[in-house]
Amino acid sequence: MTAFAKLLRTTAFKLSLAYLLVFTLFAFFLLAYLAFNARRLIDDQARDAIRLELRQATDQFTAGGPRRLAGYVARRSRQPGGGLYLLIDPTGNAIAGNLTEVEIRRPLGPGEFRVTYHLADAGDEEHRLALINAVELPGGFRLIVGRDLGEEGGLRAVFLNAAGGSVVLVVVLGVLGGIFVTRRVLGRIDAMTDTTRSIMDGNLHGRLAVTGSNDEFDRLAVNLNAMLDRIEELMTGLREVSDNIAHDLKTPLTRLRNDAEQALRTAEGPEDFRRSLDDIIAEADDLIRVFNALLLIARAEAKGEMPAAEPFDLAAVAHDVTELYEPSAEEAGLTVETAIDGPLTVRGSRELIGQAVANLVDNAIKYGAKGHGDGNGDGGAPGPVTISARRLDGKVEVAVADRGPGVPEADRSRVLERFVRLETARTRPGFGLGLSLVAAVARMHGGEFRLEDNGPGLRAVLMLPAEDMSAS
Amino acid sequence: MVTAMKILIIEDDADAAAYLVKAFREAGHVADHAADGLDGYAMADAGEYDVLIVDRMLPKLDGLSLIRGLREQGRDVPVLILSALGQVDDRVKGLRAGGDDYLTKPYAFSELLARVEVLARRRRNGPAEETVYRVGDLELDRLAHRVTREGRPVDLQPREFRLLEYLMRHAGQVVTRTMLLENVWDYHFDPQTNVIDVHVSRLRAKIDKGFDRPLIHTVRGAGYTVRDGVR
Repeated sequence: MTAFAKLLRTTAFKLSLAYLLVFTLFAFFLLAYLAFNARRLIDDQARDAIRLELRQATDQFTAGGPRRLAGYVARRSRQPGGGLYLLIDPTGNAIAGNLTEVEIRRPLGPGEFRVTYHLADAGDEEHRLALINAVELPGGFRLIVGRDLGEEGGLRAVFLNAAGGSVVLVVVLGVLGGIFVTRRVLGRIDAMTDTTRSIMDGNLHGRLAVTGSNDEFDRLAVNLNAMLDRIEELMTGLREVSDNIAHDLKTPLTRLRNDAEQALRTAEGPEDFRRSLDDIIAEADDLIRVFNALLLIARAEAKGEMPAAEPFDLAAVAHDVTELYEPSAEEAGLTVETAIDGPLTVRGSRELIGQAVANLVDNAIKYGAKGHGDGNGDGGAPGPVTISARRLDGKVEVAVADRGPGVPEADRSRVLERFVRLETARTRPGFGLGLSLVAAVARMHGGEFRLEDNGPGLRAVLMLPAEDMSAS
Repeated sequence: MVTAMKILIIEDDADAAAYLVKAFREAGHVADHAADGLDGYAMADAGEYDVLIVDRMLPKLDGLSLIRGLREQGRDVPVLILSALGQVDDRVKGLRAGGDDYLTKPYAFSELLARVEVLARRRRNGPAEETVYRVGDLELDRLAHRVTREGRPVDLQPREFRLLEYLMRHAGQVVTRTMLLENVWDYHFDPQTNVIDVHVSRLRAKIDKGFDRPLIHTVRGAGYTVRDGVR
């Protein structure tokens, strides 16, 4: 009973009932319309036939007077085919025909009537429906010609039967169909409910079943699964981040503490203390820097409102950053090449995007300088750092390319994560936050960030939506 | 070399305030302390201070409202905002409220001192700016975009010119790396590596190389200063 009550409560069942009602009404109206038209068709046919007969009878009367007409009517009356006739003389006596006036339960004047009658020679009292037309003939004669409409009654019976039968059929099929559909829907919904409950209970790997039929349930399931993927990804990310933060902040904190302890134990004289304190301050500054970067990334990833969003020229920022880092690159033995189109207007935070581009250039200088003798063969000066910016398909692309060792394809998405540093980078200063920050800034601005092979080297590409499509 | 300043520190953290008062006094300045927004407002309104250092989060009256209130009273004393909120938009809000500079906690005292001294001096010198800066035998003509040392022209790139211009405008004062990035390049981010140092050393090579007396000096743990070495 509860299962049945549950069935009754479902949307699918209610919908089925509604459809059932609609279809029943529709069937009813369709049949009524057909019946009405069929009746009209029969009436029209009878009317035409009567009119034809009346004309012929009138012709007979004109040609041979009442006697000839009486003969004609008598002849016609005997022929089978539903014709009804009555010829009345001026005194009101029936002269010929298969009807008597008594049989017709209506006073008869000239014109068309729908009447009930029973045939004179048929003993039964069955009242039948007929369409008759009465005309006055010269000399006071009256002629009534009619057609039996018995067919019409039969037709009505057929239609009524059909209506009854179809309603029963529609109701039965509708209820069965409704139960079937509802069962199916309920089954899918129940499965989804079970899965979501298990996910809520902590089984984050659980996913909704996709049947492959690509129906609305599948689409819903696919979307929910995508959402679950994202949630799981975020949860995993969160866990990794807290693990990483614990590890990567503990390391410098430990170093800082050790330095302080070391100074206390071994320092001789104020100069030593001073040097140790300088080191400790430098380490503390590094920690602050890490914290700031982490906060910035966290804020960028939380999306929400964009800080200080305004249109600005990214080409100018690229030039600024290039100019800022060029001397450092030269110190590192690298040349800097630029291919910056301009202006390239984007909307966002000039500071954050500037920082992102600076991080890319900083990286390119840091790792691009490692080109010496690592398989390039010539062992000469490492290739240039190339900073390019251009408009591309309604977007603005800033790319920083170097000729360093690059990043193996398998590691490219990994290095965008917080604190991830490749083994080859361990010896360089840094915290593994630079690229994470760029990725976060890209996400925050509705752009994208990816690493490509520069063959050899790394090409870091930051794509941002262009602010003005027309200015190109 | 820098005349003593009168500084009001409006900060509710007693330890931090005591540290600042002591540090500023050691640097040869006069420092007062207010522990909440209302006291701070009253003291700032009554006293003639060269610079206010205002924490953003204050009891009774928050830092930004305090600054807005002072500005509405027509007080144009330079204000440096101290805040634990370091995001780009926080900084913009602070400056919009009438702050002249913004420093994120935690900060190095040398950074704070350098910025406060620059703010105070800007107030004393007033808006009138000289068109020619002179330090020793170094001369920078801001209108003609020309730099000479001992009368001989020094060829500088545009950015180097602006760098030297900023250093010379604050001659005798310490200018930090972040101040240079903010004022010469107009970016507030952390350049991570020593990019600013490289720029300064290039400038130094053009200005000081071949001369007995260096004019661009490195201040350990703080930044740079331009001054005539004799003084």
